[in-house]
Amino acid sequence: MKTLMRLLVLAGCAAFVAVAGMAMLVLPEPPIRLAARVSAELGNSGVKHPVTAVLLNFRGYDTLLEIAVLLLALLGIATAAGGDAVTGRRLHGNPQAFLQSLARLLAPLMVMTAGYLLWAGSHRPGGAFQAGAVLAAGIVLLYLSGLLPAPAGPSWLLRLGLVAGFLVFVAVTAVPLFSGGQLLQYPPDMAGALILLIESGLTLSLGLILAALFLWLPDEHEEAEE
Amino acid sequence: MSGLAFDILLVAALLWSAARALTAADLFRAVVMFIVFGLLMALAWARLDAPDIALAEAAIGAGLSGALLLDTVGHLRAKKNGSRQ
Repeated sequence: MKTLMRLLVLAGCAAFVAVAGMAMLVLPEPPIRLAARVSAELGNSGVKHPVTAVLLNFRGYDTLLEIAVLLLALLGIATAAGGDAVTGRRLHGNPQAFLQSLARLLAPLMVMTAGYLLWAGSHRPGGAFQAGAVLAAGIVLLYLSGLLPAPAGPSWLLRLGLVAGFLVFVAVTAVPLFSGGQLLQYPPDMAGALILLIESGLTLSLGLILAALFLWLPDEHEEAEE
Repeated sequence: MSGLAFDILLVAALLWSAARALTAADLFRAVVMFIVFGLLMALAWARLDAPDIALAEAAIGAGLSGALLLDTVGHLRAKKNGSRQ
């Protein structure tokens, strides 16, 4: 009976995979050729890389909501961890000396890589999200190797850093509203500089938010000890 | 030709790591296989000429989710040990 069930499940899965594969092979022609439109408008976007142009200019709304959602997720975690009493996790055990010296060596390189990825975003693969992830990884590495003290509650400076990306994004994209434009509409001659400004803010905030997502989780070791 | 061989190897490794991640009895092993899967997936995106997605997959799919999942496994273990005492 059990073997029969397994065979049935296996057959069902195989049939699903076959149908999904067939559907992939006979995809209909898209009604609008978005790639062609993006390359046609690339000159007006202020950047040379199509992916960055879509993320920060043509579909800037999505990116704006993305950073807002991440900020909300972090607020949720901070609330679940006890609101103002967020102290983050504590390190258990002594980190090795080798790990510490390696982290000391890697941290500046990671900051440099993040800066390069941010700058590269305007003309080749890269951008704020990748740069922010590298920055966050650097912070977590420094913390895990015991070089960074445990976060003693979110200070004003840290809070400002967390929301800076979102605020800069909203501020820059809302300016055209006062001169009769639309939200998220950049003046074409300044678009490149504005996008770089927004991406710099996003990199800083994303790095801090992603690291905080990891470091602010409630510490169960402590609860168990109490 | 060598490109084709590499692709076939990559697909085989992807399927193998996905299967291992899903079927591993040990949670820690499953998470490590998930990270391996994410890194292989980033390689696959790079082979498909989508370096942007490859970067995002490596950083977020493998790195960040992997770290959070490892953390969860640690929490679960601590909980288990705590309830035993």
